[in-house]
Amino acid sequence: MLVHLRRSLVLAIICLVFFGFVYAFAGVGVSQLLFKHQADGSLTANGSTLIGQNWAATKCPGNPLGSCVFQGRPDDTGPYAANPKDNVSGGDNPLVANGVSGESSATNLGPRSKVLVANTKALVAYWHKLGVDPTVDLVTTSGSGVDPDISALDATVQIPMVSKATGISPARLRALIAQQTHSAQWGFMGSSYIVVLQLNEGLAKLEK
Amino acid sequence: MGFFLTILTLVVTLGLAWRYLGSYMAAVFDGRVHFLGFIERPIYRMLGTSPEQEQTWKRYAGAMIIFSAVSIAFSYVILRIQGSLPLNPQHLGAVGPALSFNTATSFVTNTNWQNYGGETAMSYFSQMGALTVQQFVSAAVGIAAAIVLVRGFSRRKSLTIGNFWVDITRCLFYVLLPIAFIAGIVLVGQGAVDTLAGTTTFHDALNGVTQTIARGPAGFMGSIMQLGTNGGGFFNVDLAHPLENPTGLTNLLYIWLTLSIPFALTYTFGKMVGSIRHGVALLAVMVIIFGVWVGFTANAEHQNNPAVAAAHVYSPVGNMEGKEVRFGDTTSALFNVSMTQTSDGAVDSATDSYNPMGGFGPLTGMMLGEVTPGGTGSGLYTLLIYAIIAVFIGGLMIGRTPEFLGKKIQAREIKLAGLGALVMPITVLVLTALAVSLAAGRAGPLNAGPHGFSEILYGLTSQGNNNGSAMAGLTGNTPFYNIIGGIDMLIGRFGIMIPALALGGVLAAKDVVPESLGTFRTDNGMFVGLTIGVILIIGGLTFFPAVSLGPIVEQLSHLRFF
Repeated sequence: MLVHLRRSLVLAIICLVFFGFVYAFAGVGVSQLLFKHQADGSLTANGSTLIGQNWAATKCPGNPLGSCVFQGRPDDTGPYAANPKDNVSGGDNPLVANGVSGESSATNLGPRSKVLVANTKALVAYWHKLGVDPTVDLVTTSGSGVDPDISALDATVQIPMVSKATGISPARLRALIAQQTHSAQWGFMGSSYIVVLQLNEGLAKLEK
Repeated sequence: MGFFLTILTLVVTLGLAWRYLGSYMAAVFDGRVHFLGFIERPIYRMLGTSPEQEQTWKRYAGAMIIFSAVSIAFSYVILRIQGSLPLNPQHLGAVGPALSFNTATSFVTNTNWQNYGGETAMSYFSQMGALTVQQFVSAAVGIAAAIVLVRGFSRRKSLTIGNFWVDITRCLFYVLLPIAFIAGIVLVGQGAVDTLAGTTTFHDALNGVTQTIARGPAGFMGSIMQLGTNGGGFFNVDLAHPLENPTGLTNLLYIWLTLSIPFALTYTFGKMVGSIRHGVALLAVMVIIFGVWVGFTANAEHQNNPAVAAAHVYSPVGNMEGKEVRFGDTTSALFNVSMTQTSDGAVDSATDSYNPMGGFGPLTGMMLGEVTPGGTGSGLYTLLIYAIIAVFIGGLMIGRTPEFLGKKIQAREIKLAGLGALVMPITVLVLTALAVSLAAGRAGPLNAGPHGFSEILYGLTSQGNNNGSAMAGLTGNTPFYNIIGGIDMLIGRFGIMIPALALGGVLAAKDVVPESLGTFRTDNGMFVGLTIGVILIIGGLTFFPAVSLGPIVEQLSHLRFF
């Protein structure tokens, strides 16, 4: 018994030092040395390419909020929820959309949830008001609450809205989307996607 | 097509791991690998032990229990005093006592159930010193226990079954450390965050939004948490978070890391008992059940989400509620099944928002005892327990004395195997009944109707199987759930591991009966089918009533919402 206890304490301390700290510090060291940009969170001038943002809040003079940019997924359902009070889910503040607070969470609403039906209907109404016929990605929230991506189809259905607010022709927007679409990694791992931040950076260049 | 290539890639790369990692692990535990002897020997000296000092199974189990208790105490204390410790750039305060108990138990039992949001509750010190360290250690303990049971078959008339301290030291340094470190580099290269710089805030001029991004040493935690089938990530949403699981490649790498050791251990088993065919038979059991569950779940997730369809939006890409665009529906389902057929429990999508039959897949995967392929070590020893029961039933059916690899399976072995197979279902069902009959338990679920019951059942099944996957709508951070969850995890871990060690000890002491014409074959298709039957029948009979109140009624309640 006592010999077990002594050995346990010694081994626990060895593990704490080695696998707790030496391993983690070596990991940080190697990461910072080899891949500083990635290890710091893939930060660019306008934010991280890996973290979604709340594009719906973009001010568009003379046009509805968020209509002059491509919007990402409505992570957190956020301000669009039918009744924000119903949407206190998964530890999220429903008024904090797209990870503004630095938290991550899904809604965790089940497939037979009345709240999810109401949220989805509210999102459909939101998109219809902007003249967009929404795809499934645009009316569902992601697993992380900060999904940075949309699919090419999700961007394509937003063309009428963006074209109207910015005056850029649909043809040029279609070309931009084609140019920004990444195929699935190595052709088969996961799905093809567009980083909304990069898409909107491309859009800003077109506007100049 | 993409999904097919993903499966093909996994089959090829896991096949290589099975063959080479499997034989490498056999060499490690036979003491034939020495390239880190300069680290290994001083540790044995500090511990006052050596590979020659073998233990009986009782001493081995005693060492394992006391070491686990000490590990829980270490993690508990670190969480409780986190506010006074360094490496805390967000100045997070101490973790409460009930949550600290649940979390310490969770990581030491290889469960990684998380009743907290990582980026807003745990300092870097806690993530490293209380959590990551246990992701290494608990995996090593599980693998060591499996190796003991394997030695039970490979040794003859032996009173000892190895040395606990030596086995876990070898496992930590020769198996887990090198793979985790290399995988960590790949993950960070792909975009996983790994820094000590704390959160960052910036203003985006394009949309006028100010955003705060949580960061931390996540990449290298990700690699060991998957390799050790732990599954408890740095962030609240675990591997759905783009800063820990940024690309399709990292998603696939996480699946590979999780499945590699559990599958490869069947080769290690075959090699150590001197019959690769027996290892292949166990592998076949794992692959068949795993494959069926992946197909079923991926198909279920490729359907419309009923709630979204009720708002008249129909999907060409399946149920995307709670899923990430870069992964898509079927790959997310593959990931989820991989994590619930092992004891991993990581998620790259919200299980709570899966379609009813999509949620059925992960839930029942855990209920089958996580043997296909199961956790690091725990998968193999639990599968061997089922295999012993299959041998016994097969022997009864044809009226022969059951033998497995030449070892007679007698009353004592069957009692131990029966105990190992029944502890988990009894614990899970009793605690679920307790939770739904108490107000404190009923306060947990977020969703109403049958899905609310599913959330409770899922949570206690997950903890009882040391999985850690969650239907995360369940509010688990209450004294009630923290404490019954902790009990659930302790029984689920040691209630199976100790019978497995005892079986190893009892079997090692036996001599081998020479094979004859009358011997019941345990390395052919008949035996594979019989073992699959035993797993499905035990799981089905014990859990069918509970499952029918959750996902099944939810599937059948067409067009009704709660």
